[in-house]
Amino acid sequence: MSTRLATGGRLLKKSQAVEFTFNGKTMRGYAGDTLASALLANDQMLVGRSFKYHRPRGIVAAGPEEPNALVNLGDEASFEPNQRVTTTELFEGLTATSQNHWPSLEFDVGAINKHLSRFLPAGFYYKMFMYPRSFWKHVYEPIIRQSAGLGKAPKTKDGDTYEHFYAFCDVLVIGGGVAGLEAALSAGRSGARVILIEQTAEWGGRTPVDGGIIDEADAQSFVDRAVAELSAMENVTLRTRTMGAGVYDHGYVLGYERVTDHQPGVAGPRHRLWRIRAGHIITATGAIERPLSFAGNDIPGVMLAAAMRDYVVNFGVSVGDRTVVVTNNDDAYLTAIALKHAGLDVPAILDARVLPQDSELMAQAKALGIRVLMGHAVSSVKGGKRVTGVVVCSQAGEGAVLEEIACDAVAMSGGWSPVVHLWSHCGGKLVWDEAHACFNPDPNNPPIGADGAGFVTAAGAASGMFQLDDVLNDAHAAADGVTRSLGFKTPKDAKAPKGARRDDAPMMPVWLMPQGASAKLREKAWLDYQNDVKVSDVRLAAQEGFVSVEHAKRYTTLGMATDQGKLSNINGLATLANAVNAPIPSVGTTTFRPPYHPISMAAIGGEARGAVFQPVRRTPLHDWHDANGAEWEPVGHWRRPYAYRRANETTHDAVMREVSNTREKMGLLDASTLGKIIVKGPDAGKFLDMMYTNMMSTLKPGKCRYGLMCSENGFLIDDGVVARIEEDTWLCHTTTGGAERIHGHMEEWLQTEWWDWNVYVANVTEQYAQVAVVGPNARKCLERLGGMDVSKETLGFMDWADGELGGFKVRVYRISFSGELSYEIAVDASHGRAFWDALLVAGHDLGVMPYGTESLHILRAEKGFIMIGDETDGTIIPQDLGLSWAISKKKDDYLGKRAQERSHMTDPNRWKLVGLETVDGSTLPDGAYAVGEGTNENGQRNVIGRVTSSYHSPNLGKGIAMGLVLNGPDRMGETLSFPGTDGKTYEARITDPVFYDKEGEKPNV
Amino acid sequence: MSEPVTALHNASYTSGIAEVFEVGPIGMITLRGDLNAKPLRKVAVAAAGVNVPDQRGILTEGARGMAWMSPDELLILCPYDEVHARLADLQSATAKLHALAVNMSDARAVFEIRGPHAREVLAKLAPVDLAPGRFAPGTIRRTRMAQVPAAFWMVDDVTFRIVCFRSVAQYMFDLLKIAAQPGSEVGAFK
Repeated sequence: MSTRLATGGRLLKKSQAVEFTFNGKTMRGYAGDTLASALLANDQMLVGRSFKYHRPRGIVAAGPEEPNALVNLGDEASFEPNQRVTTTELFEGLTATSQNHWPSLEFDVGAINKHLSRFLPAGFYYKMFMYPRSFWKHVYEPIIRQSAGLGKAPKTKDGDTYEHFYAFCDVLVIGGGVAGLEAALSAGRSGARVILIEQTAEWGGRTPVDGGIIDEADAQSFVDRAVAELSAMENVTLRTRTMGAGVYDHGYVLGYERVTDHQPGVAGPRHRLWRIRAGHIITATGAIERPLSFAGNDIPGVMLAAAMRDYVVNFGVSVGDRTVVVTNNDDAYLTAIALKHAGLDVPAILDARVLPQDSELMAQAKALGIRVLMGHAVSSVKGGKRVTGVVVCSQAGEGAVLEEIACDAVAMSGGWSPVVHLWSHCGGKLVWDEAHACFNPDPNNPPIGADGAGFVTAAGAASGMFQLDDVLNDAHAAADGVTRSLGFKTPKDAKAPKGARRDDAPMMPVWLMPQGASAKLREKAWLDYQNDVKVSDVRLAAQEGFVSVEHAKRYTTLGMATDQGKLSNINGLATLANAVNAPIPSVGTTTFRPPYHPISMAAIGGEARGAVFQPVRRTPLHDWHDANGAEWEPVGHWRRPYAYRRANETTHDAVMREVSNTREKMGLLDASTLGKIIVKGPDAGKFLDMMYTNMMSTLKPGKCRYGLMCSENGFLIDDGVVARIEEDTWLCHTTTGGAERIHGHMEEWLQTEWWDWNVYVANVTEQYAQVAVVGPNARKCLERLGGMDVSKETLGFMDWADGELGGFKVRVYRISFSGELSYEIAVDASHGRAFWDALLVAGHDLGVMPYGTESLHILRAEKGFIMIGDETDGTIIPQDLGLSWAISKKKDDYLGKRAQERSHMTDPNRWKLVGLETVDGSTLPDGAYAVGEGTNENGQRNVIGRVTSSYHSPNLGKGIAMGLVLNGPDRMGETLSFPGTDGKTYEARITDPVFYDKEGEKPNV
Repeated sequence: MSEPVTALHNASYTSGIAEVFEVGPIGMITLRGDLNAKPLRKVAVAAAGVNVPDQRGILTEGARGMAWMSPDELLILCPYDEVHARLADLQSATAKLHALAVNMSDARAVFEIRGPHAREVLAKLAPVDLAPGRFAPGTIRRTRMAQVPAAFWMVDDVTFRIVCFRSVAQYMFDLLKIAAQPGSEVGAFK
């Protein structure tokens, strides 16, 4: 059984006991524990079930490479699934539940799958669930989702906050082990700006655990000294609990800081995403130990040798009383020695190698009385929910039993692989290291920056250095080279500290144990724990022709789980290479993609949630609308009132009321969102003649003209009223959504094509609150405010004037989008609300009533005015809309002119704008299609038109619509059929699009 | 004429790691023209009461000042109630030049963040190197803050002024409140 030892635990604060629960059971640990060490201290060996076969699984590792021990953490607003116990720091009141079990962790019905494993081979999903097709959605998927699937999705809104932080440095060092510390020291001494980040809460990495000697003292004293020196440097930023998640082009790195995960409830954000721009990146990310592939290597109690050492040394936790060590290298002997020193029994070390003489560590182990069996291997592990013993065989054979050793834990080591993920994210290449059987970063093929030079350098174990002395020298040299290339100088006397060398015997690659393991053993030898991929699966994939590593990965799902194959990658590649008889480097690796280890979605979102999920643009009158029943309509990022609903009124009632009132008395519209762009300069007239299809240069100062804007492809992109302010100055109104877009469009043409034209533009949209005063009583209202002459004689239709109204400095445009007498009045935004209030007072007994965007739409539709985005969709030219009158024939050119002369644009069969009137007065469904004779090549009914706008007109008492119809203007009076999605077919007559006041007398009074 | 009203009625938030205030209204005039031409520079200096700043620079003198906005654009700062007079002066002084002067005072909202953590609050929202020595009074930066365009400069070593569009004033205020929430000190700037 696993338990807490009386001694040891360098990271524990034993004075501070911590209580937590696992599956409802209360357990105790100490401050400084990870959830993993605390679970083991409470003899919780079984922590989850595997994905496919629901096999019992225990903790295998002690870091982010852990594949098995994922739990649901917290509850309600702090609930989060798939949290690794090895990277979760213990805190008071932590609650965890195991995942992927049903009905309970101890007894799982799904475990029957393991007896069906013969029928669940690699590619099973592809083979089994193809037919019949309908079964996928209704039978297979629900069952798979119930029986597989890892954590549960949270049900409650996340109660925490998250943020981003932009940081800049010359050198970013990722990893705070001895290599990272030495690299940061060296870089820091040069005066460069340095950021050093470490994913755990502790500096030093695993060297202090392994008992390395630096400058003739223990490693911890080097770590303490380094951290003290770095902390004192003004130019160095140190950060623990911050993981290098991804390396991107241009020296951009995401750092994932877990700010309050270890102390929930404390004020502040939970996670902080560091968005770091670095001159150069040093990856000192260490190495990860590989498992060995033997039968039963997934039974709880089988653990990576170094992880077992971590638990004993760092947390004072033993995984078992009797541990068999199985290895192909010297490093695992450290575990045997550490266990012995902790007073635990190591009945045997099974070393797959046969060596001519003992190395330093082997001699030490033997001196401690440990039995070392060379050339030996594990044939299989005995036990179900925990290890009870191992069956020993020869590595060279097929697994014939030599003896059985009773034990309750197995420590395995298949060698070490440098953590090359961050090196590889931006295309750093790898090179196969024959001696250590691993892929190292290839220093000759680093990720390349914009200047053609590498921008990532690996250091220490991450670059394939396994001797402490080599690690320190490599890190020092890496930082030295980097700072020099950035133009800094390291002090000459600064040297790497001296690491003690160890006389290790060479490791021996072991990809299968024993090397001739039978099919039966191979089916129990796990490669990928989380996705339940075994040696036999990879072999089967190869046999079925999936010989490319990327194909084999997807077919077997090897390395595709949330641990992204940190443990299984190299073992899987080697197994594939053996199966296809190719050398490992020629098989290659799969692609490493960010993030290195899962990061929270919320951290990526940062502050962008709730009220600030997206910017909402508010006009100066927003608060009034909000207080007066506005139903909001999003228009771009703006919120505009759709209608102002009164008590006991439906939205439709409100719209009908507003429309009628505007036609009969007087309405107010908040038109502040319409774009306003000033265009000024000696060439402004020429420029606007190019921008608009109309002639704008001939407009007289004081006058307004409606204009159309097309893209160079001829399509209508915007419209609005243009006013000539002065001889060389125009003001262009755009649509609400068009202000920024059209401003950019103008700047682009001025900056890239007509850079020598003397024109300046400025987007003054938000400088003004603009109010449309509309209806028969509009003039009366303005006259009451007084201050300027707004009579027909002085301020005629399509005139504008500056002046004063009610003491407000205003610019009044006599323009109309409603077909009524109408003034659009611009006032400085800071006075907008006061002006609006003044209009409401002055118009009180004139029947003043604000109206929203839906009323605006109905009023303009009654007049047959088009709306950009309704009548246009990016494929419509002005000629389609009967707007040829707004296209100047006198001009040589305007944007879109040549495009509009192309054959497709002049095709008489282009659908054209008409009015549509239902035969029975009902309202046509918006977007409905008119059907014609016959069917097309797909067997669908031919269509001959569609509805672009459709409303109920309270003024006319019937439905009115506009639409684009084949040969429409030539078919006046014809009736078309529009099948609706409601099953009903609507009959509508083609009419003139102007339904109301065809002569246009009403606005011109 | 009524009293001018800012977008958020000078709202403030003072319980976080930095104090946030909506300030203003402030007079702001956009002046576009050839910044290398002496006549334009003369006009700008007369209107702003300070010299023409260099690239990414801002010069202030009390409520008056001038900021570099782009290779052909300056921002002139003045008291809000003077803006129409300044604008009229500018327009008559530039009558013979090719230049554009427009009032932008009401198009914008202005915020001030104060306190020893003000740099950090800003660095959570804008992709700008805000380390001491890298960003100092005298510099203006046009950039984005989270999802909206913004410009900012330092009034003194612990105070920033931020300018954004008036329509997103509430968004900006909400952003600053979150970035300044209690307990969110980063400690990245020594």
